[in-house]
Amino acid sequence: MGRPITVTVNGEKTSAEVEPRLLLVHFIRERLRLTGTHIGCDTTHCGACTVLFDGVPVKSCTMLAVQADGRQLTTVEALHAGGALHPIQAAFKEEHGLQCGFCTPGMMMSSFALLAENPDPTEEEIRWALSGNICRCTGYMNIVKAVRAAAVQMKEAAAVPAGAATGS
Amino acid sequence: MLPAPFEYHAPHTTEETLELLDQLGDEGKVLAGGQSLIPLLKLRFASPAHLVDVNRVPGLDVIEERDGVLRIGALFRHKAAERSTMLASRYPVIAEAAGQVADPIVRNRGTVGGSLAHADPAGDWGSVMLALDAEFVLQSKSGRRSVKARDFFSGPFSTALQPNELLTEIRIPAAQGRTGGAYLKLERKVGDFATVAVAVHLQMDDGKVRSAGIGLTAVGAQNLKAEQAEAALRGRPLDDAAINEAAELAAAAAEPKADQRGSEAYKRNVVRVFTQRGLRRARERARGGA
Amino acid sequence: MAIETPLKGFVGESIKRKEDDRFIRGKGNYVDDITLPGMLHMAILRSPFAHARIRSIDASAAQALPGVVAVVTGELLAQHKLAWMPTLSGDTQAVLATDKVRFQGQEVACVIATDPYVARDALPLIEVDYEVLPAVVDPHKALQPDAPLIRDEKEGQTSNHIYHWEAGDKAKTEEAFAKADRVVTLETFYPRCHPSPVETCGIVADVNPATGHATLYLTSQAPHAHRTLFAIVAGLPEQNIRIISPDIGGGFGNKVPIYPGYVVATAASLLIGKPVKWVEDRSENLISTGFARDFHMKGEMAVRNDGRILGLRVKLLSDNGAFYADAQPSKVRAGLFHIVTGSYDVPAAHVEADGAYTNKAPGGVAYRCSFRVTEASYLIERLVETAAIELGKDPADLRIKNFIQPDQFPYKSATGFEYDSGQYEKALRLALEKVGYEDLRKEQAEKRKKGELMGIGIASFTEVVGAGPGKHYDIAGLRMFDSAELRVHPTGKAILKLGVRSQGQGHETTFAQIVAEELGIPAADVEVQEGDTDNTPYGLGTYASRSTPVGGAATAVVSRKLRDKAKKIAAHLLEASDEDIEFDHGKFFVRGSPSKSKTIQDVAFAAYTNLPDGMEAGLEGVTYYDPPNFTFPFGTYLVVVDIDRGTGQVKVRRMVAVDDCGVRINPMIVEGQIHGGLAEGFGIAFMQLITFDEEGNCLGSNFTDYLLPTSWETPKFETYETVTPSPHHPIGAKGIGESATVGSPAAFVNAVIDAVGHLGIKNIDMPVTSDKIWTALQAAGAAE
Repeated sequence: MGRPITVTVNGEKTSAEVEPRLLLVHFIRERLRLTGTHIGCDTTHCGACTVLFDGVPVKSCTMLAVQADGRQLTTVEALHAGGALHPIQAAFKEEHGLQCGFCTPGMMMSSFALLAENPDPTEEEIRWALSGNICRCTGYMNIVKAVRAAAVQMKEAAAVPAGAATGS
Repeated sequence: MLPAPFEYHAPHTTEETLELLDQLGDEGKVLAGGQSLIPLLKLRFASPAHLVDVNRVPGLDVIEERDGVLRIGALFRHKAAERSTMLASRYPVIAEAAGQVADPIVRNRGTVGGSLAHADPAGDWGSVMLALDAEFVLQSKSGRRSVKARDFFSGPFSTALQPNELLTEIRIPAAQGRTGGAYLKLERKVGDFATVAVAVHLQMDDGKVRSAGIGLTAVGAQNLKAEQAEAALRGRPLDDAAINEAAELAAAAAEPKADQRGSEAYKRNVVRVFTQRGLRRARERARGGA
Repeated sequence: MAIETPLKGFVGESIKRKEDDRFIRGKGNYVDDITLPGMLHMAILRSPFAHARIRSIDASAAQALPGVVAVVTGELLAQHKLAWMPTLSGDTQAVLATDKVRFQGQEVACVIATDPYVARDALPLIEVDYEVLPAVVDPHKALQPDAPLIRDEKEGQTSNHIYHWEAGDKAKTEEAFAKADRVVTLETFYPRCHPSPVETCGIVADVNPATGHATLYLTSQAPHAHRTLFAIVAGLPEQNIRIISPDIGGGFGNKVPIYPGYVVATAASLLIGKPVKWVEDRSENLISTGFARDFHMKGEMAVRNDGRILGLRVKLLSDNGAFYADAQPSKVRAGLFHIVTGSYDVPAAHVEADGAYTNKAPGGVAYRCSFRVTEASYLIERLVETAAIELGKDPADLRIKNFIQPDQFPYKSATGFEYDSGQYEKALRLALEKVGYEDLRKEQAEKRKKGELMGIGIASFTEVVGAGPGKHYDIAGLRMFDSAELRVHPTGKAILKLGVRSQGQGHETTFAQIVAEELGIPAADVEVQEGDTDNTPYGLGTYASRSTPVGGAATAVVSRKLRDKAKKIAAHLLEASDEDIEFDHGKFFVRGSPSKSKTIQDVAFAAYTNLPDGMEAGLEGVTYYDPPNFTFPFGTYLVVVDIDRGTGQVKVRRMVAVDDCGVRINPMIVEGQIHGGLAEGFGIAFMQLITFDEEGNCLGSNFTDYLLPTSWETPKFETYETVTPSPHHPIGAKGIGESATVGSPAAFVNAVIDAVGHLGIKNIDMPVTSDKIWTALQAAGAAE
């Protein structure tokens, strides 16, 4: 029944034996106890379970854990690796881009992938890119604002000459 | 919503895949992007005993235009189609459709081939392929065959594909002359299936229609090819009269059913309106406009 | 470079939310995140039929599946007198069906297993022999004499009629209609929809077999009330029940009722002696938990030709599903629907309401709404639009002519409410100015000449939020007060414990700000705790926009109590008399010599170390606040749409929202609440629908069919404010969580009707979908 898999999760290699039918989201939440990835709809609509699969956002409720064998997963818990908040996390707080917090991890993972691909998105581009994630609290206004703010922040950080950041 | 148990196979070559499919027969089901299949498994609307995951088979996700043929590998993902600058300039109907399939995250994972094999009458790719006059390469242990898109679909979720066959490649006659295309989709929100969508692929020569392809989504038991509309345009200048005539013929070809998305008359009208608008947009693109 | 003074978090400051730090790190703690040692998993078998008699249930095959611990049926529950439970409207509801199933999706049996996948595997192994009965899904048909009787188990119940209820003055209203130049009529249906927070409902029930203590981790908007109801339903001693409502992934009314799954999971944990988790999937959430609306309304408005409203008459029929389980105060039958006179000075009004059982899920929750105020607001705002079209008047002018004037407050309405305050014209005029109303009307006229359809929709809503007063409003007998307990520690830091429960509204921040304002302790130093019944004072919970009006008021009052004591301590420290001590934002000083002062922190320390003789130690207090009245937030929403004549598609071009919720504690959070409510109002107006076929099959059972707007469809919102403080609230605040969902649907629909009204199209019921618009245009000869 069990099938061995080895997955690199947030930079760490982990091995497990899983039933083929185990959904990736359950592997992440129940086996790895990374509960920042949420389940909202079961039918691939809400995006609360969004994680990065080899760097690309996927809905982890619509993949099997066995499909992740040999792959890289990134969950919300990796965003503040090293302790410092990622600019996207900081911007979601700063711009009030979250209320109940349930869709937030998925939203941030989609935003992360967007900014990696398009560091300077327009408001329209942000709305388009986030349209696979449903939020019921914010009306999306401040989420869009947060992603814009994060983009500006990341651009500024990138513009700092390499040596300038050392010693701080 | 959790799937029933199944056996999982992850072959690394096409040969291995075909061998497995041959052994498993009706018991096996190919897993490509999984964006339709896995929800069905979770709802337990489908409970195959074996899943054959083709995502580890190399070479199935290629795209190339060579020798008068555009070849799209079956694992080519929606997102790749959406991003391809070659497709945007030479086959705008593909690029425009790609960006409207499901939602952005689903598009990262879902595949063109998987979607065609799934054959949802409200799926987008079938109409695009009908408009492009594509053919599908179906491979099995005992060989390969080619099936025209118009012969491939045989009803809701039903195709010419046999259980032991894998759809490996989509072949599209390369665009010739001035080419334009458009995909107009009426959906109630992002992520919804089409209420109605119309795919248009246009090749112009000296201001006249060299060939026109028109595919219709969600207005029949399968994706439809509006052949009479296509024929009515061939060899004619694409003026308002021609456009309106084709739109009427496309609307007549539609076989919509009333449901929560709208009445039969409504859907038929949207086919007409979208065919008009699609042809105009395709004409603009063929002229080198947006 | 300007020097930024760090914000203390006083009222009016947009400080960042304290709760965000855990959410942005993925460290929220929701019910499904809770895993206990030895925990079992529950899955529910639900009825495939809307109406059927259960002949027998055979669970032996399910029971035999490895990993299955128990199968619970209604019969088993009946042995423990748990097969039925009371509802919040004085009816009963089946926990697990024993005699009949009465809606599709009704709970029939539960499997408890070691693994959630196995629990699901066992469901199809339970064999239920059903005798299918005719179903009725239309309340009008349900009330016909030959309709199948749904509640045949209820003694004396001979039809599907549930209640009859009236408000206002019938005779006076008839007189007003007799004097009218014209009667404007609108028959409309506010369809069934569902709150659908992204987190579904769930429980982890942990009953300790040794002590009998039950700890229930529950998606609850009202943990204290739920504990009391659990004590009553399950017969457990209330002191042995601890409900912990952890982080909640949105509520919107969906997490107000007690659902059968909660009861069975608790009973199962009690019987098995292990923790049991049940988290419903989305489909279960949509087909079985609290729906909203489903009101069939006929409104008639008596008007003079000059546009003055003389009277209002409403008949409504509510479709309550198979069990009358509306979450509402016990003394009303159709919630606060009688607020239907809205923002207008309507001299006479009468409302007649009836309810019917149908073979549909029960619920009737106030979906981001104060007990049916949404339906009321929708009806009056749609009626005013209809009147404007029929009288040939501008809808803004017609509103201005009929608004309750500022000098009329407190205003006694024809149906018995006393409005606390309002400046309706001011809000409307601000909205008109911001949207550029006159230019838009000119543009509309130009477009019409070219055959293009553009509409401008207005809604000038008034809400009624913040129940109690407890004398008139109670939930299952529990008066609708709310509570706050404040403990200031020796170092000047504080813990505030509340009876309400945030589901994303930002209580941890805003309530700390009230303490900051009243006591001067920086908001950062005030820890807000909610949701744990062992650890917080009794309260009725968070719904119907009552947290700020009631819990917020309690916080202000308890802070003031502590301030009074602190003054005495300060006087002792400053060697002055109590009367000479003044207070300003955390500083106590002797009148006339502000340099002689003590901070709240100094005083807090002294409360434990250096007290006046005879004074009790400590700086703590608790308040149970019973509001003297509701608060009445209001505003005007203005929507501009363009309509595609070929497809009927609507594009919302502009959405201007002017809200007046009195004093804004944290303007950033208030604006966020408005954004969210507007988006939900947009969804309700254009896409969210739970409907049924003739057999009672639910046609909105997952997000493929029940449509929630994404960032792409949702319009951009332009928000503005006016401020009219509530005269009776301690800090002048009114509720704001729901205004936008209450007020905006009518604005969206009015915009569509404004675009097509000249073609003779007077009404399109929600959801206003493209096919309905095109069909109406087609009938009017105006479609492309």
